[in-house]
Amino acid sequence: MLLKAFLVGGSICLIGQLLMDLTNYKVTPGHILVGFVTAGVIISALGFYQPLVDYAGAGATVPLTGFGHLLAQGAIEEARRTGILGVFKGALSAAAGGITAAVVFGYLAALVFKPKG
Amino acid sequence: MYYGEKTWEKAEQRIFQETMELALHKANLKTGDIDFMLAGDLTNQIIAANFTARGLAIPFIGLYGACSTMYEGLALGSMLIDGGFARYVLVGASSHYATAERQFRFPTEQGVQRAMSAQWTVTGAGAIVLGSQGQGPRITHATVGKVTDFGEMDASDMGAAMAPAAADTLLQHLKDTGRSPGDYDLIATGDLGKYGRQLVVKLAEQNAVALSDSYTDCGTLIFDESQDTHAGGSGCACSAVVTCGHILDQMKQGRIKRFLGIGTGALLSPCSCQQGESIPGIGHAVVIDAG
Amino acid sequence: MNSSDPFELQKREYKKMVQQVKPKPTVIKNGIMAFLVGGTICAAGQLLMNFFKARELGTQDAGLATAAVLVFLAAFLTGLGIYDEIAKYAGAGTIVPITGFANSMVAPAMEFRSEGMVFGVGARLFTIAGPVLVFGIVTAWLAGLITLVLSL
Repeated sequence: MLLKAFLVGGSICLIGQLLMDLTNYKVTPGHILVGFVTAGVIISALGFYQPLVDYAGAGATVPLTGFGHLLAQGAIEEARRTGILGVFKGALSAAAGGITAAVVFGYLAALVFKPKG
Repeated sequence: MYYGEKTWEKAEQRIFQETMELALHKANLKTGDIDFMLAGDLTNQIIAANFTARGLAIPFIGLYGACSTMYEGLALGSMLIDGGFARYVLVGASSHYATAERQFRFPTEQGVQRAMSAQWTVTGAGAIVLGSQGQGPRITHATVGKVTDFGEMDASDMGAAMAPAAADTLLQHLKDTGRSPGDYDLIATGDLGKYGRQLVVKLAEQNAVALSDSYTDCGTLIFDESQDTHAGGSGCACSAVVTCGHILDQMKQGRIKRFLGIGTGALLSPCSCQQGESIPGIGHAVVIDAG
Repeated sequence: MNSSDPFELQKREYKKMVQQVKPKPTVIKNGIMAFLVGGTICAAGQLLMNFFKARELGTQDAGLATAAVLVFLAAFLTGLGIYDEIAKYAGAGTIVPITGFANSMVAPAMEFRSEGMVFGVGARLFTIAGPVLVFGIVTAWLAGLITLVLSL
């Protein structure tokens, strides 16, 4: 599983690198992050991402496409379970822990450290 | 980076002010002797220059010519003196790596791969006192450049965006004065970097002007290969520091008699870039004769 | 001199000239580095997953714990000024994993701290995270909506 995570995760990152190097120079890290999350949502909604997660574990969940997968599956499952309100609740409920962790740790790091430049 | 100050902006301003005071000290002048201060930098609303002027209390004209500011100031200052409006003019420009990155690019701690054509903003400031009389090098000519835009879009390749402006000013200058590159011991552009310099050589070639080894670029001089800056230095301080420090020193030692400097600037803003505008460039040429 | 003005040079011609001079990114080296570093971060994530699963957390909770640890480490390394040094070589290998998301939040926030807590730190945390959440949430919402419509 470890090797699979390494290979699949590395490959997903490689795609990102090629997108930056081989295409229009306006592809910044910001575009990569947004693009990968959105792509993750779409691929997951089409049902192709879960098999990758089953196969590669963290190799598929750690890249940001995995975050998109989390959002999509949250929205889809809640929609099936509770209908229209679930469409609104699902995505963020599923990702709540991750987002909170990022905001809290990000905030604390910004308080504690001074940029070196 | 912080230079003992709390923020990068304050650090840049302190570097700037100390440089200006040092120039006055070297010229044996007091702030009251100076008729005008012409200065600028890269921050929003040129705060480094404004706040330096606050500290110096000299009649102040703020300039923005992006990285060409030093040469813009030299050209204007010489005109003020030549026109009889001033006896002494203090000209300066500053830039700071971190304030410029913040202004134009990414946060410094963000994981971004810099393009091979990218340049590194010089942290520093340069200052020159221009006088109507006295000893030392003299400014004999100035060619104010036109804003030139060949449609370059890549903000990580400023050299390519500015090279046409530099070449245009250079050719115009040669045409106006009837001189050739051979008349100068040294020709230097401001901050085109390694690749921008090559483009100027090619552009000049197409116009039947051959630039020899006496043509260099301040951006290629200021950093060493080992500093891993990719294409070289940039920023107001790049041309300012190299001109005021290295080149005037060489003049003093008699190695250079006649120098043609072309300060180059990329007139973009993050806003214009995001709105899909191309990057206009400008180049101002100044001739300095030793003694 | 029949062409003393560089303006006569067509912009298209200049573009070609720039392409000749412009250095190419070292695609192969960058690609290998991105693959290796990105793969390593994911493998580290897998180790964490295994660790948390062995502590009898469910798959979802183990995933969250893994993400939290990685985000914490990335924020910490960004604060120390190490993350951007790694990213210089690893490129997308340090951008695409969740650690890159954390880096993109901390880096602007700490740099703009001098502009105060609200508009400095608070607002800048979301310079890049904001767009990521906007597009992620809107697309996921759409996916949910489509699911709902199809199931009617």
